[in-house]
Amino acid sequence: MDPEVNRLVDHLFRREAGKMVAMLARALGFDHLQLAEDAMQEALLKAVRTWGLGGVPRDPSAWLMRVAKNCALDVVRRETNFRRKEKELVAFFEQRPSTRPDTFRFEEEIRDDQLRLIFACCHPDLPPDAQVALTLKSLCGFGEKEIAAAFLSSEAAIAKRLVRARRKIRETPITLEIPVGEELAARLDAVLQTLYLLFNEGYKASHGDDLVRRDLCEEAIRLGEILVQHPAGNRPMTHALLALMLLNAARLAARADAEGNILLLAEQDRRLWDRAIMARGLEHFRRSAAGNELSEFHLQAGIAWCHCAAPTHEATDWRRILSLYDMLIEINRSPVVAINRAVAISHVHGPEAALDAIAAISPREVLEGYYLYHAVVAHLHSALGDLEAAAAGFRRALKLTALTSEQAFLRRRLAECSPSNQ
Amino acid sequence: MSTESKTFLYIFRGGRDMNEMSPEELQQNMDAWFAWMGELKGKGHFIGGEPLHDGGKVLRGKNGQSITDGPFAEGKEEVGGYLIVTARDLDEAAELAKGCPIFQNDGSVEVRPIQKMSADQKAA
Repeated sequence: MDPEVNRLVDHLFRREAGKMVAMLARALGFDHLQLAEDAMQEALLKAVRTWGLGGVPRDPSAWLMRVAKNCALDVVRRETNFRRKEKELVAFFEQRPSTRPDTFRFEEEIRDDQLRLIFACCHPDLPPDAQVALTLKSLCGFGEKEIAAAFLSSEAAIAKRLVRARRKIRETPITLEIPVGEELAARLDAVLQTLYLLFNEGYKASHGDDLVRRDLCEEAIRLGEILVQHPAGNRPMTHALLALMLLNAARLAARADAEGNILLLAEQDRRLWDRAIMARGLEHFRRSAAGNELSEFHLQAGIAWCHCAAPTHEATDWRRILSLYDMLIEINRSPVVAINRAVAISHVHGPEAALDAIAAISPREVLEGYYLYHAVVAHLHSALGDLEAAAAGFRRALKLTALTSEQAFLRRRLAECSPSNQ
Repeated sequence: MSTESKTFLYIFRGGRDMNEMSPEELQQNMDAWFAWMGELKGKGHFIGGEPLHDGGKVLRGKNGQSITDGPFAEGKEEVGGYLIVTARDLDEAAELAKGCPIFQNDGSVEVRPIQKMSADQKAA
């Protein structure tokens, strides 16, 4: 081993952690998820203790997987009331068709292990917030501190959430199976909702550390891709979700300037949009059209595609976007969708019509505390030349966001409303 | 006695205080090791070294009759590996060791000059 070749692939440990936990959970049972995580942690600790001095093994994944298996066996032998599992565990490891981790079969096995774990972590019997935390912890190798950073929550709160989830797991007989038949549709829907939540948490700019947020988007996409590679998950809805995630993620890099200031869609440098990710998104979008289902994911992917397809902001097909929002609001009457629809209306029918549409939103109470609502209303007022009303709106929005990049953006807009600027 | 001692042995102990670290943090720790080792190599200080397995056997007594499994030292005391480096003198060897990431995890590095026996001393 040569200590010269010492640069690990980014997030290698995180990725391998997810694979190890998936494999070990399958071996030990979902109700022993904690043991699987302990064995994974031990394997990574061993790696840190030995690779530093000894160099990285030729196949780090295989090394970790082998050590993780041994750690799991150690754990089972150590726990008296668990020792009977030893034979079972040895048999499990032996009956895996491939012991050589470089084979295609191995990749497929691990993918299926992860898929089983996705279905289990996103089981409808678990509370939604616990599903997301559990998915990040066990499948994505996130630590509690990192989950807390992503959700702008405290480490203690996340830990509590995970403890609750684990208790529920012990009480509820959730098996690590890929659901089939009638059960599949509902279970798959639960998984898609969780991945969507995960992606949105990363995508929305309202809080959190920028890097962690991008990781969340990437993880949601990665898990979606695992899902779609298996017949159980290879459904138009899954493709639609993947399309919507990819077509939005492709534009992430252009959302802020070099100083981290948020940019309006009109101001973004479209050359920064990632064409490769966009192409992947488009491929899934195409495949989402199979069948006759038109889900919220389909409509949102369609809207994202309209933005991607426009070479300039002026060339955006707002009529098509508006018609998609019209359909979307029939499925999802959330005020947030209504606000976004109003933006589309302003482009097609002008700011006045947009303000009318906003005035018609009900219930409106939830909107009052939502900074984007005030920012959009202010923007429409400024487009109509009512700078006083616009300034008032931007000021209200400013009070509602804690994120410095958003505050800077709103201050900039506010400054544009002052008469000295005209 | 030999006058020149230009090679040194680093003995690593402990440094296991990492249970609470996430995979990402562990990887950062790993990168810190690589960076430190890379620097030793780049500047020509590195001669060799290896990590040690946990446990082993300890022999004592007459003819090594008393054999025990172990060493079961406390985690803090257990030797996890060794490294051989060259340096001008003990001070420089100690200075080089300061960059070791083991200190972030409550570990220690013992720096010992290796005694070079010259040919006539060996004959004696």
